[in-house]
Amino acid sequence: MTAAVVTGLGVAAPNGLGTQAFWKATLAGQSALAPLTRFDPAPYPSVLAGEIKTFVAEEHISSRLMPQTDHMTRLALAAADWAIDDAGADLRHLPEYGMGVVTAASGGAVEFGQRELENLWSRGKEYVSAYQSFAWFYAVNTGQISIRHKMRGPSGVLLTEQAGGIDAIGHARRHIRKGTPLVLSGGVDSALCPWGWVPQLTTARMSTVADPDRAYLPFSADASGYVVGEGGAVVVLEDAVSARERGAPHIYGEVAGYAATLDPAPAAGRPPGLRRAAENAIADAGLTPQDIDVVFADAAGVPELDQAEAAAVTGLFGRRAVPVTAPKTMTGRLLAGGAALDVATALLALREGVIPPTVNVRTPAPAYGLDLVVDQPRDSNLRSALVLARGFGGFNAALVLRRCDH
Amino acid sequence: MSASTVTLTDLTRMLRESAGEEEGVDLDGDVLDVSFDELGYDSLAMLQVIGQVQREYGIRLPDETVADADTPRALLALINTSGQVPQTR
Repeated sequence: MTAAVVTGLGVAAPNGLGTQAFWKATLAGQSALAPLTRFDPAPYPSVLAGEIKTFVAEEHISSRLMPQTDHMTRLALAAADWAIDDAGADLRHLPEYGMGVVTAASGGAVEFGQRELENLWSRGKEYVSAYQSFAWFYAVNTGQISIRHKMRGPSGVLLTEQAGGIDAIGHARRHIRKGTPLVLSGGVDSALCPWGWVPQLTTARMSTVADPDRAYLPFSADASGYVVGEGGAVVVLEDAVSARERGAPHIYGEVAGYAATLDPAPAAGRPPGLRRAAENAIADAGLTPQDIDVVFADAAGVPELDQAEAAAVTGLFGRRAVPVTAPKTMTGRLLAGGAALDVATALLALREGVIPPTVNVRTPAPAYGLDLVVDQPRDSNLRSALVLARGFGGFNAALVLRRCDH
Repeated sequence: MSASTVTLTDLTRMLRESAGEEEGVDLDGDVLDVSFDELGYDSLAMLQVIGQVQREYGIRLPDETVADADTPRALLALINTSGQVPQTR
């Protein structure tokens, strides 16, 4: 079966815009978690976020696109441009039906949608943007990327809440295996407006701690939930043979294994599905747990979810048997973009031979039995990485990435 | 009261505000008889612009305007013969 390799990365993260800025900040342990500025969070119990503050949309988005795009779509278009530039993919020479787009989404473009709903309620229907017809839509990032780059091959959008970034890449790999040479994938998301905030508060998983250094502490005894951020990553996934034939400048790694599971109903009495997803992804890669050199954890920061993830990891690998990290402690959880950013981070880690740290946790709770990489990056000869993600509603996804030596 | 109060300058301003300006297109040039399609505006862009015209000038334009007015000249003619354009806003 043909291998699917990542040949381009485009990163839009709260602690770094562009792959280089993000990677530098991540190795330096620079967190972007801070009090919300995009709207007044005072009426709500959770007041922190990982905001992208350096993105100037007009520098990336044409004036024709500005009125018809939400903030998250502008970020996604910029990240897609960077990923394509990075891949050196001379798209004019690739057949347009040989390139697809598969991204992850959560609630769609809620900031745009909130503004137009406010126009409807407060001023009347004639004040609602005609572009509301599609700008809010959860498939809009896929659609706009496809239109901009004339990528008309198999395309779609996956919604598995915060597991989506992995599921999209897994689905993109299916298209590669079925004969589409190139698929843009990943996820970029943002919901930093009251309409995006309130539904997430109902999960009771968002931290209500106001100190940015104490709010998101996965695997800590002081875990109190998570902080939400915005952004994500776009990856260029290619058939390994055609990528080498065209002389792709980077091959970051192979998407060697993928699996997804759904948790049983809460009253079913059966175990959650994260471990099975990890096992299946490792088996799908033709590997065993001993071959995995680092785990990028879902790291919910919610005690019972941390407990479940630690049980899955130690059950599979043994206690303190594999390094585990959660660089998302610097960005917050990016909804549909989070797992995609973790995949990009894991690929950079494989290439550079260094595990980026988990910040602010300092001392993980010993009972979890995890070798959590805290505070400082850890040099390590990495060949394979496992990335885990979970989405509200019982979604579990796991991806195995393997370094390509060539 | 003048029958023609919405000018090409007004219209190009609203086009820019509602739908932006396509790269390579200069709305300040001789665009009166250039089709909206060539100017880079699709039907949704026209709906958006016509919505702004209606709000700013307090007029109602029929739904067919999007299809019927394919150039700035044709759209201005429909606007200015709608019989409801007030002299000033």
